[in-house]
Amino acid sequence: MAKTVDQYFAGLQQTRVWRSIFRSGTGSSTLKRALAIQQNVFLHLFSTKVRTRVLSFSATWYLGTLTLGTFMILVATGIPLMLYYHPSVPQAYADTKDLQFVVSSGMFLRNLHRWSAHAMVFLVFAHMFKVFYRGAYRPPREFNWVIGVVLLLITLLLSYTGYLLPWDQLAYWAITVGSNIASAVPLIGNKIHFLLLGGNAVNANALLRFYVLHCMILPLAAMFFVAIHFWRIRKDGGLYNHDSEPAVVRTKSPTSPESKSPSPITEAR
Amino acid sequence: MAEEKKGPLGDDLSRRQFFTKLGLGSLSIAAIGTAAFSYQYLEPNVLYEPSPVVNAGKPDRYPLDSVTLDVNNGIYIIHSQEGYFSLSAVCTHLGCLTAWKQELGIIACPCHGSKFEQSGKKIEGPAPKPLPWKRLWLNDDGDLLVDRSTDVPALARDSFVRV
Repeated sequence: MAKTVDQYFAGLQQTRVWRSIFRSGTGSSTLKRALAIQQNVFLHLFSTKVRTRVLSFSATWYLGTLTLGTFMILVATGIPLMLYYHPSVPQAYADTKDLQFVVSSGMFLRNLHRWSAHAMVFLVFAHMFKVFYRGAYRPPREFNWVIGVVLLLITLLLSYTGYLLPWDQLAYWAITVGSNIASAVPLIGNKIHFLLLGGNAVNANALLRFYVLHCMILPLAAMFFVAIHFWRIRKDGGLYNHDSEPAVVRTKSPTSPESKSPSPITEAR
Repeated sequence: MAEEKKGPLGDDLSRRQFFTKLGLGSLSIAAIGTAAFSYQYLEPNVLYEPSPVVNAGKPDRYPLDSVTLDVNNGIYIIHSQEGYFSLSAVCTHLGCLTAWKQELGIIACPCHGSKFEQSGKKIEGPAPKPLPWKRLWLNDDGDLLVDRSTDVPALARDSFVRV
């Protein structure tokens, strides 16, 4: 009797090597499924158990997950782009043109990077509006809102630093104008401008600094804060679902009988 | 109850508290030092930027009543009835390069619409200040030199070069 693919896979899961990597074991019992989440280095940030109704499309529109998706596309397309791009004044513009017209699939990767970047900025704002209008920022989730604002700023800075890298006229003047806005900060504005550009004008130092910020410092910062952002979802009581929130949190009108309770927040949690 | 131990300095610190404070204090000093060194490292000591002094060539390159933009150096060389003078072409709003509009007789910025007179005086727009005048002089070879790092008073007698 020939074995099916499923049987081969089931056999593989019993091997010593598989069991040394995935310790939770197999099976579809509630315990095994919870362990599969809890014992995974990436998934353990999330709750081991989630109600299906908070995973419904209407609850979140999946905006946060879609934002993470665009970020992962940006990492996956950005790293191959780095293999052909030299962040130097004589080469940057020529390399960008090579990526667009000479390198195989270069145009695809570059355009995917560009459109994902636009989509990410849009999705971050959409996510923020959804959270705001649904009131999902309220206690106990207020700190996760702050983390979200930090992530919004990192996203905008990633967009801004990536803008300079093609080293064309659009990039040059956009960064000239943008860095001059930084000079408007009271007292230390000119210092910020000087440190950001590594000089007095947009030049070789500025290109290199923006490259390092764009490819190293800001992505690492984003990953750090994204990890905290996800972990806080579990710590703050799971994904927000308007319908499953206790009535005391949902209704804040002074006429409603629930609002007479001394501390609606503690009662809710 | 055990009597509280007196620290080596004779105060109320125990030995353990003393070393904890010593350790944290040293780490704080090291952290401040690291911050200071990091700041110094991020600030370049040598800049490989173009010299602020620009050679604008012989004065006869510029006909009377002309405004000439030097795109690469961001300056205007203007030959007016009163003499030669040089104006920064960098908009005082957010640093865009302005352009001379011959047909209107004004200097205009393409980025946010600031407008200036030929003398650098602001006509309108978001620009907060007039375009500054730059020091202009003739060297021994008879070339016009501009020092972009030095402003001179607008329309002052000494700010013009007469050939």
